[in-house]
Amino acid sequence: MPRSLAGDLTDPEMAQPYMKKDDDDEDVEYSPFYGIEKGAVLQEARAFHDPQLDARKCSQVITKLLYLLNQGETFTKVEATEVFFAVTKLFQSKDAGLRRLVYLMIKELSPSSDEVIIVTSSLMKDMNSKTDMYRANAIRVLCRIIDGTLLTQIERYLKQAIVDKNPVVASAALVSGIHLLQANPEIVKRWSNEVQEAVQSRFALVQFHGLALLHQIRQNDRLAISKMVSGLTRGSVRSPLAQCLLIRYTSQVIRESSMNTQTSDRPFFDYLESCLRHKSEMVILEAARKIAEMDVTSRELAPAITVLQLFLSSSKPVLRFAAVRTLNKVAMTRPLAVTNCNVDLESLMSDQNRSIATLAITTLLKTGNESSVDRLMKQITNFMSDIADEFKIVVVEAIRSLCLKFPLKYRSMMNFLSNSLREEGGFEYKKAIVDSIVTLISEIPDAKEIGLLYLCEFIEDCEFTYLSSQILHLLGNEGPRTSDPSRYIRYIYNRVILENATVRASAVSTLAKFGALVDALKPRIFVLLRRCLFDTDDEVRDRATLYLQTLDGEVAVGSTEKDVKEFLFGSFDVPLANLEASLKTYEPSEEPFDISLVSREVKSQPLQEKKAPGKKPLAGAPAPAPVPAVDAYQKILSSIPEFSGFGRLFKSSEPVELTEAETEYAINVVKHIYSSHVVLQYNCTNTIPEQLLENVTVYVDATDAEEFSEVCSKPLRSLPYDSPGQIFVAFEKPEHVPATGKFSNVLKFVVKEVDTSTGEVDEDGVEDEYQIEDLEIVSADYMLRVAVSNFRNAWENMDPESERVDEYGLGVRESLAEAVSAVISILGMQPCEGTEVVPKNARSHTCLLSGVFIGDAKVLVRLSFGLSGPKEVAMKLAVRSDDPEVSDKIHEIVASG
Amino acid sequence: MESCPSVKNILLLDSEGKRVAVKYYTDDWPTLSAKLAFEKSVFVKTQKATAGAEAEIVMFDGHIVVYKFIQDLHFFVTGGEEENELILASVLQGFTDAVDIILRNNVDKRTALENLDLILLCLDEIVDGGIVLETEGSVIAEKVSAHGIEGATSLAEQTIVQALTTAREHLTKSLLM
Repeated sequence: MPRSLAGDLTDPEMAQPYMKKDDDDEDVEYSPFYGIEKGAVLQEARAFHDPQLDARKCSQVITKLLYLLNQGETFTKVEATEVFFAVTKLFQSKDAGLRRLVYLMIKELSPSSDEVIIVTSSLMKDMNSKTDMYRANAIRVLCRIIDGTLLTQIERYLKQAIVDKNPVVASAALVSGIHLLQANPEIVKRWSNEVQEAVQSRFALVQFHGLALLHQIRQNDRLAISKMVSGLTRGSVRSPLAQCLLIRYTSQVIRESSMNTQTSDRPFFDYLESCLRHKSEMVILEAARKIAEMDVTSRELAPAITVLQLFLSSSKPVLRFAAVRTLNKVAMTRPLAVTNCNVDLESLMSDQNRSIATLAITTLLKTGNESSVDRLMKQITNFMSDIADEFKIVVVEAIRSLCLKFPLKYRSMMNFLSNSLREEGGFEYKKAIVDSIVTLISEIPDAKEIGLLYLCEFIEDCEFTYLSSQILHLLGNEGPRTSDPSRYIRYIYNRVILENATVRASAVSTLAKFGALVDALKPRIFVLLRRCLFDTDDEVRDRATLYLQTLDGEVAVGSTEKDVKEFLFGSFDVPLANLEASLKTYEPSEEPFDISLVSREVKSQPLQEKKAPGKKPLAGAPAPAPVPAVDAYQKILSSIPEFSGFGRLFKSSEPVELTEAETEYAINVVKHIYSSHVVLQYNCTNTIPEQLLENVTVYVDATDAEEFSEVCSKPLRSLPYDSPGQIFVAFEKPEHVPATGKFSNVLKFVVKEVDTSTGEVDEDGVEDEYQIEDLEIVSADYMLRVAVSNFRNAWENMDPESERVDEYGLGVRESLAEAVSAVISILGMQPCEGTEVVPKNARSHTCLLSGVFIGDAKVLVRLSFGLSGPKEVAMKLAVRSDDPEVSDKIHEIVASG
Repeated sequence: MESCPSVKNILLLDSEGKRVAVKYYTDDWPTLSAKLAFEKSVFVKTQKATAGAEAEIVMFDGHIVVYKFIQDLHFFVTGGEEENELILASVLQGFTDAVDIILRNNVDKRTALENLDLILLCLDEIVDGGIVLETEGSVIAEKVSAHGIEGATSLAEQTIVQALTTAREHLTKSLLM
């Protein structure tokens, strides 16, 4: 209890911590460990071998050893063994203090199993000693170092210890049980009767440790946990710690039962609520927090919020922190529930503890309403100057989400952000602000011009190259479309004069974008760009030259102006990861690298070649075949002469399994789409060691796929056990037409017996066939998942004439999210900007998709979903595409899907 | 998975952030350098705080640290992000109280180092492998210093039972506050 602490703290010395510093340095001279050295201490440890032990001296030496270990010194294996053996000698001494240090030392040394045997008997003797302190500590040491076999030998004593009348001994045994349960669950589980008795102990901590162990023993048995909780919630638990545990277990039971039964009936909720009136703050906090985490009604939540609100004005910082942290979490999902606390939270903004103040502010930013925003921003401005960067970042992020919530208030918040930009701060902080402004610019059209100007001001005095480049890029995209593009030019050109090469190059590109998009500025931009031709840096000069040439129309990159713009500023639609992979596999040769051959497919996951599970030899099995990347497909296919005339591979699908797992032959198929051909690649694996398959073919019946006609087939000569092989079947289809159809497949082969012991193959084979599942070619197979970096820009750049809009009723759906993912999978397109995620409880959602359709037509889709009626989902589909016919086609796909 | 309240470490540093005694109960910091880096950041982050009679608290990198300064000693108790702050605070309170008793109210670095064996035993008695063993300072101090009474079992036992009784009284009192 703090009886003497208060005295110490009022000591005048405390007021001048810096004056004390000098004293500290001198203190080091007087440290009992000054100049301590490992070698010397190890020498001293020889005293442990003395026949006449000097307990005092030995204690000192052990303390020195412990000091060394505590300072991070390590012993070599030999040293540790030596010390360990020396220490075991000390069991001869009857000095209790020394014995305690011996226990500690043994735990620190964590001896190996053959060393453990040396001390086991000594420790077991202590376990049965009459001194409780020895018993308790010997149990803890022994349980820390023994393994399963030794444990069974001492199990009897441990069970006794659990119900020992001395609480320290009982706790020691219970806590050891908790640790032992990890490695030896079957042994510890046998102690449940004793543990149950301990839970009823009159000693608070025994009860706590008993409850913890009992729960761990039963953790996989929901019914038992539920019973345990219902028994204990009736009020036999006294210790606050045990009470906290019980609250955790109770909330777990409630959570699991509500998951299973789907009813709103929560069996033990009354108990949690009663804990809010407990006398211990620890328990109240635990209960309030658990209630707040639960899916409860506002009425049920209110009492928890009320106690937390009381904690907000506590004199204890820890309690204030705990309360504001919990409220902050509640505010993320249910801001309205917390608004009552706003006054208390506002007073916490000036809390001495900056963690508390920051949490209070971010909570307020979540609960604040539109009218309080201005006042809040003013208060925060005062607060920002004296907190660390990491807290500022949290605040900036909270402000960004607040601004998105109240777009009308963008002015004061933008103002705040720009003021913050001007202040001192590290890179992470500045980046957080810039990111926030960029988000606001793209989300709130009104904020665009003011935001861009703030960013312009920032780059006038920005020490971070990365941020300057990022902002210049943004200016290039957004600036030319503003009401007065010329106002930005000065800021941009200043960069060319004042900054380092990287920023200068970015600035040149930005200037060129203005020149290309704003005709009125073009001549003046040219003047500026010509000056850049004399730059000291290659990249800057090169860019200036390129832009001058192309924009002037002297070089025939493209015939029309539109092509030039596309060439210079079009989005780079090849995923960088794919480009990198292709460049790595490119072998220098006469043939130049062709970027159009790089796959544009966005792979969410690397393809995994599924190998047939089971029946595989465990030892010496070859490593799984290397993952075939998209490029690998391209290589394989182009090496087959029959397919060389098919042109460029448009898309390869994910492998589709045609057999169940654990069957004799594992087969999956990859659909390769060309403009007027489709190649089916059957990956076959033989999982029977006693068989060799020869002349393996797939007979494909395409009667249900009218538009397809088989052109050739490449069978597999032989398919030995566990070495995958491929069969190809190629079809012709009308060019650029996304023909769909269903194919049924039969595997035909000659099977030969193999003697697994000798590896000899029987001469005679038997013809056989094996039915595999049907395969479908769907519209989504003709769609490449290609992401666009900025959907809105891309959308605006597409011809509005190509837009096709229609509405669809999707009928009753499980949820909005389910409907969204269903439509995405029908179309097979890439969701953009994270719009595939539907917020919980949303009534409407907009999803943005992009892709490239066969015939290389870029397609963008805007899906607006809405719930009408209970689960009735309606959808508005807007498509823009390079080719209006493709837009129509997309509607057809959705209409038929 | 609901679990037992757990303490990740207890640190006792000096006014320059150097170790006096530390005890790590989990593998969150596997190497010495990771431990030292953690100690350094804890020390730096709490340096500006004013040490009052009440424990202070800070949260960073997914850890909650409650702390208290007494003279030139900095006491820290670390727990996970989801931990009940008040449980950690009670561990800290138990530790500082026990140290105060053990050092006979002379809580400073020099006395602590001179009695390092007792401080280390104290750490051993408060938490075992992350699980809170005891949070009552007087009981901890009793356990640590209850030696030299060889064979006097009944006496020792009685002392502990007494200590526990007083402990319960203390606890009840503090809860009623």
